[in-house]
Formats: sequence, structure tokens, C-alpha cells
Amino acid sequence: MDEAKVKIARQFIEAIPHSRALGMKVEEIGDGFARITMPYDERLIGDPKTGVIHGGAVSALMDTCGGACVMSHPEAPGGTATIDLRIDYMRGATPGQTIVAEARCTHITRNVAFVRATAMDDDRENPVATATGAFTVERKS
Amino acid sequence: MSRRTVEPVQVVKQRRDAALRALAEGVPYIRFMGIVFDRRGDELTAVLPFRDENIGNPFLPAIHGGVTAAFLEVTAIVTLSYQWLWEDVENGVLDPEEMVDGNLPRLPKTIDFTVDYLRSGLPRDAYARARVTRSGRRYASVQVEAWQDNRDRPIAHATAHFLMPRSDK
Repeated sequence: MDEAKVKIARQFIEAIPHSRALGMKVEEIGDGFARITMPYDERLIGDPKTGVIHGGAVSALMDTCGGACVMSHPEAPGGTATIDLRIDYMRGATPGQTIVAEARCTHITRNVAFVRATAMDDDRENPVATATGAFTVERKS
Repeated sequence: MSRRTVEPVQVVKQRRDAALRALAEGVPYIRFMGIVFDRRGDELTAVLPFRDENIGNPFLPAIHGGVTAAFLEVTAIVTLSYQWLWEDVENGVLDPEEMVDGNLPRLPKTIDFTVDYLRSGLPRDAYARARVTRSGRRYASVQVEAWQDNRDRPIAHATAHFLMPRSDK
């Protein structure tokens, strides 16, 4: 993926209002792969007793990262929208740690992109959550 | 269990609203998203007021898919928890006022969550209701649906499975 396209994709994703609200940063993007981070934030706590981040915030990160990897695919000409997303929650993210999501577009057709994603905290060996999803491939008309 | 004498309606409402407040307002993320719940008896409707921060596609504009997913997940957990705690709240086993002060019982944990996006979310308020299709001792299944202007045109629906907390009862 050429550098100009990478820059545009990064700017586009970091400018999305909800991604900004959650503090998401694009670490790497290109050729159907994206890595996006979301820092720990007390406003995102889902369990006040433990301080663990709410699953909903992890879903938002996974969805953003999935869409980003589709947009960065060489065969995807434009935008994308989520068709469906399944998230498996393996464990609560350790409080205080940044959550990083990686998404890869495993297959793309004229109309559909298939995505697998993983969310991790500092312990990269034990994912916090994994996801599989299908995204639309928007053709420029 | 001895049958209680008829309670004044305000007492009943206060107790049920306090339990709901503890489950929803007690969670920082639910406050952050601005999600509120409307209660009619034991039926809950979640409301997600529109805000600019909820936008995911500024060109359409449309609500972020992650916001929709989070909204459905919050609705599912709160509805399941509320239903699960209902009896204990009604029987006085749990004190809702104590719950409001942060003394919440352990809540269900999400195992998995599958969301289907049916229509793009418009920049306006959204509503959601969940139905607990199975609530077992260890696992629960919940279906949840969100809509905006028209109840018959849902924007998304989801199926979720939860691990229920070990009961000390």
C-alpha cells in the first residue's frame, strides 16, 4: 500500500468522532491489515468493582479495526460497512493496560470482505477477545 | 415466604427504580454512552440519545457500528441482570439503596456476542429491548434488537450468551 493511501486511511479513521471519543490510534495499516490501540480510560469501565473495561468498548474497537483493514485492502476501492460481527470474550482486559486490536481481511470478493480480529492487552499470548465479521465492499459508482 | 400486605405504589416504584438505577448509572461506561432506561413493570427499554461522538461515518452521516453493538450489549446485560435480580429485590433479599451505593452483586459476564447490522443508524435517538430466551444456572441466552423511528424497521439485532455469577443463595 502506498504511503499516501496509508496516510489518508489513518487520518480518516482517527477523524471518526466515536474513534476519537475512545482515544483510538492507528498503529499500522495496509494491505488488508490494521492494528489500532485504545488506551485505558476510567470512563469505559464496565465493572466498577474490578475496573475492567466494558465489552461494548472492546466491540467498538474491533468494529473500527475490522473496517479499517477492509479499507486498506488493495482490492477494496472505497468505504465499507459492517454486515455482521461475532465477538468471543475470553477474559477481562487487565485494568490500566492499553487494548490493542489487530484485524486481517482473510478474503475479499466483489461485494464482501471477510475479517478476523484479535484484541489483546499487555499479555499478547492470551487474547482478551477474538472476532470474525463480514463487511461490505462499497464500489464507487 | 409469607405474603406481604399490599404496599403503597410509591414504595414499589422506588424500590424497582433504585435497583435499575444501580445497574445502569452505577456503570461508568453506560454513563459515558449516555444510555438511559425506561421501565414499565419489569419491561425495560434502553434509550441511546444521539450525540455527535456517536458518529462512525461522517459523510452519510451514520452512527458508528461499534456504538450500535455497545448499545445492544449494554441493553442485554442490564435487562438480564435486572430480571435475574428481580425476585431478590422484590423479596427484600437485596436492598436497592445499598446497590445504589455501589454494593452491587456480581453480574453476568459476556461469553460471546453476535450482531447483525440491518440498516445504517441515523443521527437520531435509538431504542433497544432485550428478551432473555434462556436463563439457566450457569448460562443465559439473550436476544436484543435496536430501532429508531420505526419499531418494525430495526437497525440491528444481536444474540448474546452470558456466564451467570455463582449464586451464594
